[in-house]
Amino acid sequence: MSTTAITLSDVAARPLTLRFHEWVTTVDHKRLGILYVVYALIFLLVGGVEATIMRVQLVRPHNNFVSPQAFNRMFTMHGTTMIFFVAMPLVFGFANYLVPLMIGTRDMAFPRLNAFSFWMTALGGLFLYFSFLGGDGLYGAGSAPDVGWFAYAPLTAKTFSVGHSTDFWTLSLLSSGIGSIGTAINIIATILCMRCPGMTLGKMPLLVWLNLVMAGLVILAVSPLSAAQIMLVIDRYLGGHFFDTQAGGSAVIWMHFFWIFGHPEVYVLVLPAFAFASEIIPVFSRKAIFGYPVMVVATIAIGFIGMSVWAHHMFTIGMSAGANTFFVLSTMAIAVPTGIKIFNWLATMWGGKIRFATPMLFCIAFLFQFLIAGLTGVTLAVAPLDWQLGNSYYVVAHFHYVIVGGILFTAFGAFYYWFPKASGKMLSEELGKLHFWLFLIGFHLTFDFMHVPGILGMPRRIYTYEPGRGWDIWNLLVSVGVVFQAAGVLIFAFNLVWSYFRGKGAGKDPWDAWTLEWSASSPPPAYNYAIIPTVRSRRPLWDLKHPEDPDWRYE
Amino acid sequence: MWCLIAAESAIFTIFLVAYIFYIGKSQAGPQPVNVLHAPIFYTFCLLASSLTIHLAVRRIAAGEVAAFGRWWLATILLGGTFLFGTAREWKHLISVDGLTISTNLFGTTYYSLVGLHAFHVTMGLVALTIVATFYFAGRLGREHSERLEVLSMYWHFVDGVWVVVFTVVYVIGV
Amino acid sequence: MSPTNIFAPASTPAESIFGLSILVLVTVAAIFVVVFGLLAYVVVRFRRRHHDRSEPPQIYGSTQVELAWTVIPVLIVVALFLASARVIASVENARRPPGALEVIVTGHQYWWEYRYPDLKITTANELHVPLSDPARPTPTFLTLLSADTDHSFWVPRLGGKTDLIPNHPNSMWIDPHEKGVFLGQCAQYCGTQHAKMLLRVYVDSPAEFDRWVSMQQQLPPGGASPLGQRVFESTACVNCHTVSGTPANGKFGPDLTHLMTRETIASGAAANTHEMLRLWIKNPDAIKPGSKMPAMGLSDPDLDAVTAYLETLR
Repeated sequence: MSTTAITLSDVAARPLTLRFHEWVTTVDHKRLGILYVVYALIFLLVGGVEATIMRVQLVRPHNNFVSPQAFNRMFTMHGTTMIFFVAMPLVFGFANYLVPLMIGTRDMAFPRLNAFSFWMTALGGLFLYFSFLGGDGLYGAGSAPDVGWFAYAPLTAKTFSVGHSTDFWTLSLLSSGIGSIGTAINIIATILCMRCPGMTLGKMPLLVWLNLVMAGLVILAVSPLSAAQIMLVIDRYLGGHFFDTQAGGSAVIWMHFFWIFGHPEVYVLVLPAFAFASEIIPVFSRKAIFGYPVMVVATIAIGFIGMSVWAHHMFTIGMSAGANTFFVLSTMAIAVPTGIKIFNWLATMWGGKIRFATPMLFCIAFLFQFLIAGLTGVTLAVAPLDWQLGNSYYVVAHFHYVIVGGILFTAFGAFYYWFPKASGKMLSEELGKLHFWLFLIGFHLTFDFMHVPGILGMPRRIYTYEPGRGWDIWNLLVSVGVVFQAAGVLIFAFNLVWSYFRGKGAGKDPWDAWTLEWSASSPPPAYNYAIIPTVRSRRPLWDLKHPEDPDWRYE
Repeated sequence: MWCLIAAESAIFTIFLVAYIFYIGKSQAGPQPVNVLHAPIFYTFCLLASSLTIHLAVRRIAAGEVAAFGRWWLATILLGGTFLFGTAREWKHLISVDGLTISTNLFGTTYYSLVGLHAFHVTMGLVALTIVATFYFAGRLGREHSERLEVLSMYWHFVDGVWVVVFTVVYVIGV
Repeated sequence: MSPTNIFAPASTPAESIFGLSILVLVTVAAIFVVVFGLLAYVVVRFRRRHHDRSEPPQIYGSTQVELAWTVIPVLIVVALFLASARVIASVENARRPPGALEVIVTGHQYWWEYRYPDLKITTANELHVPLSDPARPTPTFLTLLSADTDHSFWVPRLGGKTDLIPNHPNSMWIDPHEKGVFLGQCAQYCGTQHAKMLLRVYVDSPAEFDRWVSMQQQLPPGGASPLGQRVFESTACVNCHTVSGTPANGKFGPDLTHLMTRETIASGAAANTHEMLRLWIKNPDAIKPGSKMPAMGLSDPDLDAVTAYLETLR
């Protein structure tokens, strides 16, 4: 046997077709995670283009950049794309990659189901975008769906939505819904059954807890959407009357069914964002997370309460005073565990030694922005205020503050934090900081000022607006912010590609972190761990690095 | 499987809510009280099939493959009979009573709900039949009992759903 | 200042909401100042000093602190909830006084139909209501219906929005304390021209309102433009539009009986001038692409005749 090491140049490069085939047929959770994330990034750019088109159209009143029909397709596609083909795949991608590594196991519980779920989600995206070509149907009135991402009945009935555009919307979400449920089943089974020895539920990293509750929400929330869409198809093609108001059907029942999905959905998106923050903030503050048990209880509380607030999206539809009042209460109640989390993150940083690397910059901005987003949410929870501000640009500003300012910022942080683990290379810190500042400026230009037109009476989903209402300057500023955000995102995309090839070597543990994934090589081998680890505390690597002061003495 | 059952329960719940919401709201066309006749016999068959599948799984866990086969086939037979009963009921409703999915709210919600259930029964029967072919090929043994128990959970779920659907459609809604 | 500013209320529902919003905004601003202050302090005070590689003391939690920042938010939530419940009840459960005016609003793609059942008036797109004296209120109660998809009635200075949903009648009320024109627009996406389904509410003094009512109740003088009227009545116009006192009684489009008493056409999308009216009839898509009114393909002479006829409908 030769004693010289085998180097990379000794091994013949495998042909591209073979490597492509490996990726397409993979059942490895790490590769599927990367596929999900890359898929999400591509659609992030597409959704960004759709947003840019809208903002150019709205830069001044009575603009003519696109037709009303095109604009209405843009906001429908932008919303549907960003939620289902950017945010969900991002969430599932990171969960797929990180959960098995963090609980010390070799793969997810059902690897083939995992692959099937990814491809069903990917197929959904294809269906949605095929609508540009196939939506015309027999009446030549189709193209991409233009019914808004929540597709209220009866606008989606055959009479008001001719052609097949709405059907591609339905088909796309049914397909990705199957994928989502499959992934959720996988996450739950993996976390409940495959943790390494010593890792009780109380010793899992918070990211794992948050993904567990997220998966539970997916199971309970995505199914109602699928059910409602099946009903819509029955209405459109089998002559059903679920939402047919002419036959006594109810438009309101669609709203209930949709928002029973729609509200928990935003918790599905935000819990993983909390997960990223809960892993990154401690490491860059050099302290354990403050109040782990409370964080777990708060997460579960958010999951439960989140299933009971849905009709706060329906305050204006004429529910009784009693119903409106109930939903005010439940919506405000959810602010309590959410606020507790913010305080716990702050307390984690308190007394720490904060390092301002790029992941931490994004998480600090997250704290600031999520605070504001939560507070504007409280203002909207006050039903009478929602009677004014609902369905206006104030709401658009609020939810973008949550999704972009909260979720996307922590997702960027997560990229900078875990890219070294997945690729073995560090992302460039200089480009990272440039990305951060450009995106921060752009985000605030756009979404801070966007609250004002809402307060001044500007409803959403309008392809143009009247001059003389005081909206002009604000829309201009909002549109200018897009330039900075686009610049930031493009620099990020460049950083990803450039660093993959030319980045500094990362090693196993570039951040001096404490959870199990940092004990594997970067990137980890296909089997993750040659020997399944045994843990005694929530921060196994802290225990190894500080044998004189291990966590398990204090937990 | 529990997660799958949870997800499917959520879907059925939505269809049940729609059914209950629309009780009494059909503006025209056949009404439940006039055309529905509770399928007691076929319901009995379906519920009995839960018993037979339970017995089948017990047998194979004990290694008695032949006994398993008998109970398993009985399950398929009973499930198939239930589907036959549904088909008969629908044929009568469509050709004699004039009730289709597009007739009125009752038609829409009835066929969707019962149809969704029948679809799940069908999927279950397909899975049961695949297992039956393995049985006939002599490829089943005690080592498969855990997987068959998981599959039987799905079947029990489908039966459980029928209890709820039956109560809502043939008892409450009439 | 913006004519659609929610913080410039001119009617009781809008004023109740405004009052509540001050409480909410002050509370929320206070929370922001406190928490942001903490964040800013933490980020500055606990920066890692250069080359300090030692780990700080590891604190895992504190029950008292957790209790404190649970109890205080709960109290704030309860306070805001109670304040909201009061306003919800006062707006939604307001009893209709005997002097109230009733208007039935029906939303269409993309225009507003107004019927005053007690006054036997039907009009479109421009709503006239009487001024309400806070000492002796004369509010207007709106019943909200829809002929097609979902819409929403939002005139920020007069009140919060309420949706118009088919097969789901809603109601709202306003009691404007100021005279003038109040602007708004449809606030629930209803299709292609949702953006141009504008609202104009004219608050008249009691005398002005009575004058408007009696004018609306009369039939327009007939026979002033026989050629145009003949074109109007023999083309498909009558399938959609009503002109009282003539065979035209279509219900799909706005009632045109007193078209010339309105300042705008196409639900606010264009001024009611000769040029705009003629252009609208000739090619609606030039003003509101995707509106439900088709271009009738009239010849120029016919077009001029119909426009002249419509201009007699005062």
